[in-house]
Amino acid sequence: MLEVANIREQCSWIHKDKATATEKAIILGRAAIAKVQLNAPLTAGESPVVKRALVIGGGIAGIQTALDIAEAGFDVDIVEKQPTIGGKMAQIDKTFPTLDCAACILTPKMVECSQNEKVHIYAYSEVEEVKGFVGNFTVKIKKKARYVDENKCTGCGDCTTKCPMKNVPNEFNLGLDTRRAVYIPFAQAVPKVATIDPNYCNMLKNGKCGLCAKVCGAGAIDYKQKDQYIEEQYGAIVVATGYNPIKLDKFEEFGYSLSKDVVTSLELERLMNAAGPTGGTLLRPSDGKHPHTIVFVQCVGSRDTSGCGKPYCSKICCMYTAKHAMLIREKYPDTEVYVFYIDVRTPGKNFDEFYRRAVEQYGVHYIKGMVGKVAPRANGKIMVQASDLLMDEQLHIEADLVVLAAAIEPDKSARPLATMLTASMDTNDFFTEAHPKLRPVESPTAGIFLSGVCQGPKDIPETVSQASAAAAKVIGLLVKDKLTTNPCVAHCNELMCNGCSSCERVCPYGAITYSDKEFRMPDRTTQLRRVASVNPAVCQGCGACTVACPSGAMDLNGFSNSQIMAEVDAICQK
Amino acid sequence: MPEVNAYKPKIVAFCCNWCSYAGADLAGTNRLNYPADVKIIRVPCSCRVNPMFILRAFQRGADGVILCGCHPGDCHYTTGNYYARRRMTLLFSMLDYLGIEKERTRVEWVSAAEGAKFAATMNEFVSTVAALGENKRLEDLRCKE
Repeated sequence: MLEVANIREQCSWIHKDKATATEKAIILGRAAIAKVQLNAPLTAGESPVVKRALVIGGGIAGIQTALDIAEAGFDVDIVEKQPTIGGKMAQIDKTFPTLDCAACILTPKMVECSQNEKVHIYAYSEVEEVKGFVGNFTVKIKKKARYVDENKCTGCGDCTTKCPMKNVPNEFNLGLDTRRAVYIPFAQAVPKVATIDPNYCNMLKNGKCGLCAKVCGAGAIDYKQKDQYIEEQYGAIVVATGYNPIKLDKFEEFGYSLSKDVVTSLELERLMNAAGPTGGTLLRPSDGKHPHTIVFVQCVGSRDTSGCGKPYCSKICCMYTAKHAMLIREKYPDTEVYVFYIDVRTPGKNFDEFYRRAVEQYGVHYIKGMVGKVAPRANGKIMVQASDLLMDEQLHIEADLVVLAAAIEPDKSARPLATMLTASMDTNDFFTEAHPKLRPVESPTAGIFLSGVCQGPKDIPETVSQASAAAAKVIGLLVKDKLTTNPCVAHCNELMCNGCSSCERVCPYGAITYSDKEFRMPDRTTQLRRVASVNPAVCQGCGACTVACPSGAMDLNGFSNSQIMAEVDAICQK
Repeated sequence: MPEVNAYKPKIVAFCCNWCSYAGADLAGTNRLNYPADVKIIRVPCSCRVNPMFILRAFQRGADGVILCGCHPGDCHYTTGNYYARRRMTLLFSMLDYLGIEKERTRVEWVSAAEGAKFAATMNEFVSTVAALGENKRLEDLRCKE
């Protein structure tokens, strides 16, 4: 049994008067003795570890985490809600600050995932339910019906050229062109399997058509396919749910919904991509003409405390705007490019040099000031009204194309997922890390790890480093055969528990569960009662439940009610 | 020179293990003075402090009780200090109703890096409580020997 009376830092070092300090030391000693008398032996528990990890989200963060875990010899599953892994990086044209093609560095990693026997991809799937605790999670995965047999489909694409439903907005190209009702998102998709969109397929909606089944040489089309539910056990879960650009309907002043030639930066990525809707030639979406004057607007919805946007800096916009401006000036030197900014923020290796290149070498016009209004004109041009804060003058620019650097926000699936995982989030729906500086890739909930933008805005290099860091933490957990649990955890006196659920509601870790138990009553009958039990592997020992419990059934090992009462008594003793 | 037989208040300070207790330690390492009337009880989290402990302290003759935890948003257990804040708001207003002045009770956020804040808070709290004098309102006379 051990208790420490802190008479160095909290007594002798702070009190100058020896008599009062001695008196206090005696009282502190008395309190420690009162507490130690009530100490009970603490034994650390053990819980087994399932040697398999789950990665939720198959973007670059999820891919990198999965590959690193697999390399250490552990099985890892990726759950991705889209038909293919790859995420946002697959949609990006070039990457800063090196300007190498995103697909060229991403697709080999995607293929590696599909070929590594330790990695299993559940594409077009979602996490439905999470039970259990660190080392032993049970996860229910919903595999949505593709209406195509994944094992038979060869990815030849015959069906995608024959399908008569031609006018489905292509979400991979952000609706800038169309696809068929049966589709493969892009040429390098992994798994390369067709998917039928049930919202547009005539056969699934009306039972008329069936053309894709006729042209499919492999006989893979299966209109009767149903959603499947798979239950798997995992030792650790990595969240890599990523981000989306915010919706711009609240920003009427930028005219996003008024003109097709006002686009977001992610749409511009597709417009400049060789595999995009224009085959890599930069053309105005409205009339297919070359734009000669392009205006970039930064901080659209970022650093916005008005309530329309997000209060945080989205971090990546300054760099990708510099990239876009540079690429456009490189390819079309006759184009004038204006960038309106509040601040240019380029911290990062070779980042500021990159921005300076855009200004000094490529002659991009950077103007400090916010755009007030973007209005389409009858002649097809777009009038941009802005103020130049440094020159203190109003500017009117007739632009052909306006590009909005929309703020990024966590994916909508993150919030319900956080509830399932009992992982905490901040007010912006970014996952909270266990410690902002010292444990940045772990969630406060044991066994849950964070990778990529789901934890906060970051660019690709940062995402990849965090993904590998999360993998290292997962590997550190999975190599253990057993986990030693903190013995200072809560426990429930079942005889006193009245099953009210107060403790369950305050527990931040979901460590408390209820079950019906049989109790022998004094009159020799048995009674079934609902009582709480604490899972010692999940409980972190905060003690919130002990105070919430109205019947006094919950107590905390090492800091029991009677021990703290005894300390209070000892201190207040005359 | 301190006054002979000057009134010395009895102060109980509950400090959470992760922030405030470490803050108190830092005050010690930095040799920052505060009155010896403050006696610290270590708890894992501010949310571990049962209102019963505070009532007990007042019954046993404590003149003031202060609860220190991590700053909002920084709780080691994510939400513990929010629970503590709510519970104490309720408890303190009820104690006020019972005649334990609000100045005798306090919740303060002190991080592990705020040794100076810990010492300053304790100095200020002790002088406030000392100005109020002895707590007789809840004292349980049976506890007196």
